[in-house]
Amino acid sequence: MNGSGGSAIALRGATVRFGDHVIWEKLDLDVAPGRCLAILGPNGAGKSTLLKVLLGLLPLSAGTITIDGRPPGHGSAEAGYVAQQRVFDPDLPIRGRDLVQFGVDGQRLGLPRTRARQVDPVIEAVGAQSYADVPIGLLSGGQQQRLRIAQALAGGPRLLLCDEPLLSLDPAAQEEIVAVIDRHRREHGTTVVYVTHEITPIADVVDQVLYVAAGRWAAGSPDTVLTTQSLSALYGTHIDVIRVHGHIVIVGGDGAGACTHADDAGPAGQVRDRHDGHAGHSPEGQQH
Amino acid sequence: MGLGFLLQQPFAQHALLAAALVAVSCGLIGPFVVTRGMAFAVHGTAELAFTGAAAGLLVANNPVVGALIGSVVVAGLIALFGARQSERDSAIGVILAFGMGIGVLLLGFYHGFATAATNILFGNIFGVSGDQLIVLLVIGVIVVAVMGIWYRPLLFASVDPDAAGARGVPVRGLGLLFLVVLALTVTGAAQVVGTLLVLSLAITPAAAAQRLSASPLIVAGLSIVFAVVAADGGLLASFQSNVKASVFITSVSFAIYVVARLTGPLLRDRRRSRHQGHFPRQEATALRPTAELPGTPVAAASSEDGGGLGDPAIRPRASGR
Repeated sequence: MNGSGGSAIALRGATVRFGDHVIWEKLDLDVAPGRCLAILGPNGAGKSTLLKVLLGLLPLSAGTITIDGRPPGHGSAEAGYVAQQRVFDPDLPIRGRDLVQFGVDGQRLGLPRTRARQVDPVIEAVGAQSYADVPIGLLSGGQQQRLRIAQALAGGPRLLLCDEPLLSLDPAAQEEIVAVIDRHRREHGTTVVYVTHEITPIADVVDQVLYVAAGRWAAGSPDTVLTTQSLSALYGTHIDVIRVHGHIVIVGGDGAGACTHADDAGPAGQVRDRHDGHAGHSPEGQQH
Repeated sequence: MGLGFLLQQPFAQHALLAAALVAVSCGLIGPFVVTRGMAFAVHGTAELAFTGAAAGLLVANNPVVGALIGSVVVAGLIALFGARQSERDSAIGVILAFGMGIGVLLLGFYHGFATAATNILFGNIFGVSGDQLIVLLVIGVIVVAVMGIWYRPLLFASVDPDAAGARGVPVRGLGLLFLVVLALTVTGAAQVVGTLLVLSLAITPAAAAQRLSASPLIVAGLSIVFAVVAADGGLLASFQSNVKASVFITSVSFAIYVVARLTGPLLRDRRRSRHQGHFPRQEATALRPTAELPGTPVAAASSEDGGGLGDPAIRPRASGR
């Protein structure tokens, strides 16, 4: 275990396979406490799988993972989880504060109860106190996401895992949510992980990028990973990475099927192929 | 016959007790049925209680036990075929149609009292025997116990399955558990109001309660109260007339729902205005990045405009998409 001491997240030779199907393998990653990591890649590349591993819900097939130096507990409160916004029914008999309370004790047996002492501080921290008692289904997408963030923070996590938290939000709400999360990161030193299709809305807050695609991966700083050279190496076909006015646009080559989404970030640090003997070469690979 | 005299008769006491037991279970699971969008599952398991009862009649001359065993089998089949939410309703339709066909076949072999079978469809509250009462009591205790133990994680999993799964809540396992509880409850209720009218106790009171509150526990309490009022109120009304109890039970239940629908919006408006006239769904336009100084205490940042956007220097660029 070379030097994982002090890392908020440390993966060494991490591999997940289902039967013969390798999702990704020999993944090495270190994220320092209080930093922000973006996990990028096309659908089906194993981003959600990695998230499940970080949450302690899925064991690695090989290799090791530690969160703050320890293996992750099953659905542990040390990791807060923010899911993508989805439509709540307007009649759903749940208020914002009930949703937040789930972050404290939602997994425990018994009858639900809301304790202001436990949820009010986080509701305030995300600026949701004026609508915390309104039925959740009546709130806007941005308001619902703030409450989801409060839910994730309610357990006092050291690690905040955000799974496509900006999907289906308009740009103004996206900006607002990114700011709420980043402010918490700066003030509390919480490590933040975004799983996302789109790097652009979070480009300014991300310290590190992990790009997974087709069983390979690349990790490093956004500037080294998100380049034409490194993404082309990762996908094994020509990929253009274009930066226009703060947008990072990734355009896939012919028939690669890799970049159906025009706005996603690519990697460049180290690139590794899943199959031995086809090791992608990493242009400016920085080994850990 | 005066009401006082009737109330001293065992059959009437049995009926009132049976109705109350069924109503409590139905009222308790009702909010989950509505939240999880499982009205059709209630209908499906209720109708298939007919098949189970027909099988019970044929094999052991005991429709109740047949219906109970059948309901657990049906719950398992629904979980098996309808694992994904999107395919659940079609799976229930498939099982329901085939199951009813089997029921008709089984009934064809049965040469006993035809009313024993039709009672299953429309309920026979005044025919509740001491044995049946015990069965209903046992079902009620099981349902209340299971719900009491797993209420919170089940609510979490029903409202927000993704987040619940991330916290280690066994979302699928709880889904199956709830299906079994639902099937047991519905089968018990079918003895009282009949398979065709179960929805009036398992859905209507909860749907009415949801109109009046957004607090999960208040909704659960109201749902139980409404179900008991409908069941026992309808029963008492039917004592005074020759009309079947089911008619009154469904009518009272429906009346409560109509009143709740009419008053619900008023309550909601009041609740909304109490929260500083906040207009949901318009927040994004109302939000402007407030120039908040770095290091401003968290509480101060959460001002009325929905919160500052943090240090301007760190704000993401407006992405004019």
